[in-house]
Amino acid sequence: MRSDAHEFKTRARDALRDPQLREALGRARDGFVGKRQKSIDRFPDFDALRERGRRIKNHTLAHLDVYLERFERQVVAAGGTVHWALDEDQARQTVVSICRQAGACRVTKAKTMVGEEVGINAAIEAAGMEAIETDLGEYIIQLAKEPPSHIIAPAVHKTRQQISDLFRDHHHGGDAARALREVPELVDEARAVLRQKFLSADVGITGANFLVAETGSIVLVTNEGNADLTHTLPRVHIAIAGIEKLVPDLDDATDLLRLLGRSATGQDLSAYTTLVTGPRRSDDPDGPEQFHVVLLDNGRSRMLGNRFRDMLRCIRCGACMNHCPVYAAVGGHAYGWVYPGPMGSVLTPLFVGLERTRDLPNACTLNGRCLSVCPVKIPLPDLLRELRGEQNAQRLTPATTRYGLRLWGMFARRPRLYHGVARALVGLLGLLGRRRGRFRRLPLAGAWTSVRDLPAPQGQTFQSAWRAYQRRNER
Amino acid sequence: MNEQIRHGAGTTVALFVTCLVDLFRPSVGFAAVHLLERAGFRVEVPEAQTCCGQPAYNSGDSITAAGLAAQVIRTFSEYDYVVAPSGSCAATIIAHYPDLLRHDPALQAAARDLADRTWELMRFLAEVADLEARDTTFEGSVAYHDSCSGLRELGIREQPRKLLSGVHGLRLHEMEDRDVCCGFGGTFCVKYPEISERMVDDKLDAIRDTGASTLLSGDLGCLLNMAGRMHRRGMQVRAYHVAEVLAGMSDEPAIGEGRKR
Repeated sequence: MRSDAHEFKTRARDALRDPQLREALGRARDGFVGKRQKSIDRFPDFDALRERGRRIKNHTLAHLDVYLERFERQVVAAGGTVHWALDEDQARQTVVSICRQAGACRVTKAKTMVGEEVGINAAIEAAGMEAIETDLGEYIIQLAKEPPSHIIAPAVHKTRQQISDLFRDHHHGGDAARALREVPELVDEARAVLRQKFLSADVGITGANFLVAETGSIVLVTNEGNADLTHTLPRVHIAIAGIEKLVPDLDDATDLLRLLGRSATGQDLSAYTTLVTGPRRSDDPDGPEQFHVVLLDNGRSRMLGNRFRDMLRCIRCGACMNHCPVYAAVGGHAYGWVYPGPMGSVLTPLFVGLERTRDLPNACTLNGRCLSVCPVKIPLPDLLRELRGEQNAQRLTPATTRYGLRLWGMFARRPRLYHGVARALVGLLGLLGRRRGRFRRLPLAGAWTSVRDLPAPQGQTFQSAWRAYQRRNER
Repeated sequence: MNEQIRHGAGTTVALFVTCLVDLFRPSVGFAAVHLLERAGFRVEVPEAQTCCGQPAYNSGDSITAAGLAAQVIRTFSEYDYVVAPSGSCAATIIAHYPDLLRHDPALQAAARDLADRTWELMRFLAEVADLEARDTTFEGSVAYHDSCSGLRELGIREQPRKLLSGVHGLRLHEMEDRDVCCGFGGTFCVKYPEISERMVDDKLDAIRDTGASTLLSGDLGCLLNMAGRMHRRGMQVRAYHVAEVLAGMSDEPAIGEGRKR
């Protein structure tokens, strides 16, 4: 998918001025945060489970080669095929050629963020086939021709009214004579439209929440059951997933599922949890004739060997963005690529490149709320700081900031000079601001005073006041 | 005084003033000294201190940050305790210096040693000094803002509330979303002023909804941001560092307020 992350500042500004977005984001945030907290309050020792999740993922990443090969063997033993995709291009080509070989006209899709990452829909459509999103949120943004703004709730930025308008425009030839106000009315209409698509699809594409090395199974989690219709009804099932989705065995998958549901939506378990192992067997009542798994690298194996390895633990629950006050202010589209919020601010620069993602690591207060809710304890603030270090080393940080900091550092390492200049400056500002106590405007402080007053210094530095106080006491 | 018996009259605390307190609000430094002395400690303020280096560290300039960290380590090498009236600066020393200096084993060991001796003021008063603010009075309702570094990196949450519960006349009102950032974030608030504005406005709405007439916090950075925005919005809430109220120094003009004459 094309990245617009370099436009972060303009997109953020537009988002801040969008009242409908504010309404949608406010409601979503309160829902996600409250539900997660309630589900964790009911769980005896969630922190112990988080620690277990961290260890499972670390262990898997340390032996990723072994588990990937075991997974492939088990998929093949179950009658499926594994395809290795080094990058987006290879992933797209692989998917398109499987669809072509199946003689497909229509392809249904369950929500897959890796699919968004490599731009599957555009590739399928360019090859002359129809791609239909079946997750309600993905379906809505497909109609709106927009990218997802959240990895769990892709249409979270839309209000109910906006969705109702979209459905009116696109369904039943634009016929306007129906209510479409309540959520059940909207869901029923989407379900009726999608049911026809499910039944006539030739290929179904899903992602995978986990890949189980022990059994060669993929684990699919949804609340709508759409992934199940997507992979059981067509003749061919393609699952596409990043190589970091692997877990050693079903016990590990179970632990991570308990973390995923609670962290993502505050559910003990999502409504539908499905294990898919191979294509339809002779005694199965239904299922696809072919089962393909496309394993995507796209920069992940490089992360195994550097300081960003912790990021590969991510299980894509979305808790970090649900708890991020910057995400809550600007929404997911401001980030400009597939993955928004804190996890996206780490991943996007690593996948797209530091050059065109300069704002992402910086548009964060390092408040650490994301880390405190991460089910696998990814040190997101440290990783963002690490990216700032890389930017600085590659001189991608503005020169004024780089030289300004170095100058400040040289100054602060000469305490006598520092205290002398500070005393003079603070004395002057204290005098100017004495009566009012604050400044509405001040030269060189324009960015601060553009939105808030600057409280005036009291007039003396502590160091000088303290020395004077001590001299008085000695006398 | 029984505190002096408990700690030994000779125990010395070095105050890490922090650059914001030094420049903007020395009364916070005096409040810290007052509270530490009341708890029976002797307080020293090393003159060679300036800044902990956090602005450089968080901007990805680890060379400048490491230089300042080394200076802080040298300056405070001789003290039993180092106390800072800021969760943010204390967390830089405690939670980040050892990693920042990982390329120099000797300096890293010294950083770990300093981290073990360094405390944020509220936590030090509550857990080491066992201070109770029983002889202080503050008439009014207050909202308390937890600064993020202190809350999440140092576990400071109940300590200031416990200390405030001893102040006569003080009524504490908890705000909604009290674990959410105020939008300060150091250089963040000047790099992304509009996003910061939305964040601080959400925070101020939560403060307003408590009905409190005073806002307290343990970090001057957050306070300058929130007080500055409250003044811009014309909100009638006064902002103080929590140490000022605990030390009975709230007759000082609040943050961003002028002197009467």
